[in-house]
Amino acid sequence: MIAFFFIIIYLGPMVLMMIVMCVQIKCFHEIITIGYNVYHSYDLPWFRTLSWYFLLCVNYFFYGETVTDYFFTLVQREEPLRILSKYHRFISFTLYLTGFCMFVLSLVKKHYRLQFYMFGWTHVTLLIVVTQSHLVIHNLFEGMIWFIVPISCVICNDIMAYMFGFFFGRTPLIKLSPKKTWEGFIGGFFATVVFGLLLSYVMSGYRCFVCPVEYNNDTNSFTVDCEPSDLFRLQEYNIPGVLQSIVGWKTVRMYPFQIHSIALSTFASLIGPFGGFFASGFKRAFKIKDFANTIPGHGGIMDRFDCQYLMATFVNVYIASFIRGPNPSKLIQQFLTLRPDQQLHIFNTLKTHLTDKGILTSALEDE
Amino acid sequence: MLELRHRGGCPGPGGAGTPPPREGEAAGGDHETESTSDKETDIDDRYGDLDARGDSDVPEIPPSSDRTPEILKKALSGLSSRWKNWWIRGILTLTMISLFFLIIYMGSFMLMLLVLGIQVKCFHEIITIGYRVYHSYDLPWFRTLSWYFLLCVNYFFYGETVADYFATFVQREEQLQFLIRYHRFISFALYLAGFCMFVLSLVKKHYRLQFYMFAWTHVTLLITVTQSHLVIQNLFEGMIWFLVPISSVICNDITAYLFGFFFGRTPLIKLSPKKTWEGFIGGFFSTVIFGFIAAYVLSKHQYFVCPVEYRSDVNSFVTECEPSELFRLQSYSLPPFLKAVLRRETVSLYPFQIHSIALSTFASLIGPFGGFFASGFKRAFKIKDFANTIPGHGGIMDRFDCQYLMATFVHVYITSFIRGPNPSKVLQQLLVLQPEQQLNIYRTLKTHLIEKGILQPTLKA
Repeated sequence: MIAFFFIIIYLGPMVLMMIVMCVQIKCFHEIITIGYNVYHSYDLPWFRTLSWYFLLCVNYFFYGETVTDYFFTLVQREEPLRILSKYHRFISFTLYLTGFCMFVLSLVKKHYRLQFYMFGWTHVTLLIVVTQSHLVIHNLFEGMIWFIVPISCVICNDIMAYMFGFFFGRTPLIKLSPKKTWEGFIGGFFATVVFGLLLSYVMSGYRCFVCPVEYNNDTNSFTVDCEPSDLFRLQEYNIPGVLQSIVGWKTVRMYPFQIHSIALSTFASLIGPFGGFFASGFKRAFKIKDFANTIPGHGGIMDRFDCQYLMATFVNVYIASFIRGPNPSKLIQQFLTLRPDQQLHIFNTLKTHLTDKGILTSALEDE
Repeated sequence: MLELRHRGGCPGPGGAGTPPPREGEAAGGDHETESTSDKETDIDDRYGDLDARGDSDVPEIPPSSDRTPEILKKALSGLSSRWKNWWIRGILTLTMISLFFLIIYMGSFMLMLLVLGIQVKCFHEIITIGYRVYHSYDLPWFRTLSWYFLLCVNYFFYGETVADYFATFVQREEQLQFLIRYHRFISFALYLAGFCMFVLSLVKKHYRLQFYMFAWTHVTLLITVTQSHLVIQNLFEGMIWFLVPISSVICNDITAYLFGFFFGRTPLIKLSPKKTWEGFIGGFFSTVIFGFIAAYVLSKHQYFVCPVEYRSDVNSFVTECEPSELFRLQSYSLPPFLKAVLRRETVSLYPFQIHSIALSTFASLIGPFGGFFASGFKRAFKIKDFANTIPGHGGIMDRFDCQYLMATFVHVYITSFIRGPNPSKVLQQLLVLQPEQQLNIYRTLKTHLIEKGILQPTLKA
C-alpha cells in the first residue's frame, strides 16, 4: 500500500483527486452497508437509491464550489459552465430538495422509524465522509506538501505507536482499545515529530510539492510552478541556549514550514488517535470486527482512514487561520458580482487603506 | 383533540407488530458473548414500552401538562369539548400572531433574540425526544455534551455573522480582533474538546446508545442551528425577507386548514390523513394572493425594506437607506388575456412582488413536505406532539416544522437571484491579505472599473 501511495504521488494532483474521490465513495459505501446490516433494511424501497442520490448531491455541491474557485478562467469561457456556476447553489438546493421530497413520499406505514434512522445515518455519514474529503482536496490545492505531510504523519504515528507498544508496551491507555499503551502513545508522539521534521525538510526543497496547484489555461492541465513562498525558503534560526550546548551549533538553517510541521505532527499524535478510538467504539457498538473486508489483513478502507478523520479538518483550519488569508482570486470573483456603487465604495476604501499603510505611493498610482 | 387522538392511535397496533420480530432476529443472529448482545432485546423492550405509552398517553385532556389558563377554561366551560379545543387553538393562534407583531415593532435585535430563543427551544425539544426514545437519562455527560455542542456550533455561526455585519464595531476592540482572526481555529478547538470528551465518556455497556445520541445531536444541530442562522442572515438582508416567507408559511398552514375544514374531501397523503387536496390547492392560491398583498404593503416602508446595519455612533441597529430597485414601483405591461379581464394597459408593481410569488409558491408546495416529515417523525417515534409548551398547539417544533425548508430556500434564492456576496465581508477579507496581494488586487480592480466606465481614469478621489 505504501508503494502504491508513492506511485500515485508521482502521477500528479489530478490522479490524487480521483483517488480521494474513490476513497470517499468506498468509505460511504462501507458505512451505509453497516447501517443496512444493523437495521435489516435491505427490503425497504428506495433506500439504496436515495442514499447514493444524496451522496451525489452533496458531492456536486462541494465540487461545484471548488471548481468555481480554482478553475475560474475555464469556467468563465464556457457558457454552460458559467450558468451552472452562477446558479450553483440554487441547482444544488433543488437537487437536494428533490431527494428530500422523495424520502417523504417513500415513507411506508410500518417502517417509519427505520426509514428515519437510515435518513439520519446517511446524513451523518455524509457529514463525516464527504466534508473531510473535500477539505483534503482543498489542502491539496494549497500545495501537495499540505496533503502529503499530514497523511504521512498519521500513518507514521500509527506504525510507530504500534512498534513502541509491541516492544515496550506495559500500561494500557484506554479501556476502549486494550491494545494501545501509554508507551506506544508517547513513543509514537516523539517519533512522529522527528519524522515530520525530516520529511518536511526533504519535501520543501522541491517545487512540485510546495507550489499551489494551478490550472493552466494554455496547456489545459495542472501545473505546479511558482516562486516558493517564504514558508519554503531556508532561514536562519538562533538555537536557544539549552540546545546550543548539546548540538554545538549557534544557528540552524530550517524551513519555516518545519515549525508548522511540528504543530501538524503534534496534532496527528495527540488527537488523531481519538479518531481511532471513535472508530473502535463504533465497531464495538455495532458489533463488527472490521468495517469491511476490502484489504486482506487490514479490513476495510475506513479502518485505514479512521485516524485521518480529524486531520484533514485540522490542516484546513490551520491553513486558513495561520498560513494564508482568503483566496485572492475568489475575492476578485466575488467583487465582480457586486453592484457598481458597492464596487466603487470598496475600491476607494482599499485605496485609502493602501495609501495609509504606505504600500501605494503616488508613483505606483500612475502606472 | 379528537382528530389527533385518532392519529396517535392508528399506527400503534400496526407499528408495534413489525419492529420486534426484526430485532429479535438480530439478537438470534449475533454471536457475541458480551452481555450487550441483549441490546436488541433491550430495544425490543423499549419498542414495547413506547407502544404501551403511545396508546395511554393520549387522554381527553392531559391532566399534568394542561397549561390552558383558568380564564379560558371558565369562559369555554359551556361548550362541547370539540369546540372548546377549536376555541383554545384559535385564541392561542391569535395570541401568537399578536406577539409576533409586537416583536416586529420592537425591532430587528429583538427578532434576532427571538430566533435564538426558538432555536434553543427546538433543540431542547428534539433532544428530549431522543432521551425518551433511548432512555438515556442515566448516561453520564449526555446532557452536558449536547448543550456544549449546541454552544460550539452557535459560537461558530455567530462569529461568522458578527464579523461580517459588525465590521466597524469589531475593528475598534482589540480582543475582538484576535477572536475574529483566529475564529475558525478557536471554534474547531472547542468542537474537538467536545469530541474528545465524547470518546472518553464511552461506557462499556452503552456504546450503541451513546453513538445514537451523538448522531441524534449532530443531526438536530444540522437541522435547527443552520436554519436559524440562515433566518438571521435573511433578516439582515431586510426585514421583509424574514417577514414575507414566514407569514406565507403561516398563511398556508391556516388557509389549507380552513379550506380542508370546509371543503375537504380527497385525502392528500397517507402520512397525514387530515390533509386534503382541496386544502392543498386552496391554500396554494390564497397564499400566493396573500404574499402578493403583504409584499405590496411592506415594500412601502423603509423599515422593512432596508438592510439592517449596525451604526457604531448610535450603537444600535438602523434600517435607513435608499430603497433598491426591487422596492420601487415599476410599470409592467399586462399580457393580453389579463388586459381584457382587468381593462388596464399597465400595472405598477414592486418587482419584489414577482419574487414574492416565487416565495409563496415554494411555501405552499414544498413547505408541507416539511410538515409531512415532522408527522412521519412523530409517527416513527410514537409521540403526539413535540412538547406541551403551547396549549392546543403542542411544542415550538410543531409550529415551525413547515418553516423547515423555507429559510434555506429564501437564503439560496437571495444569493442566487438577488444580490451577490456581502460587500463588507469582501472588504474585510481584502484587508487581511498580504500587501503584495492587496496591491495586485487593487490594480486588477482599477483596470476593471475603468473598463466598465465606473471609474474615470482622470478622477483621483
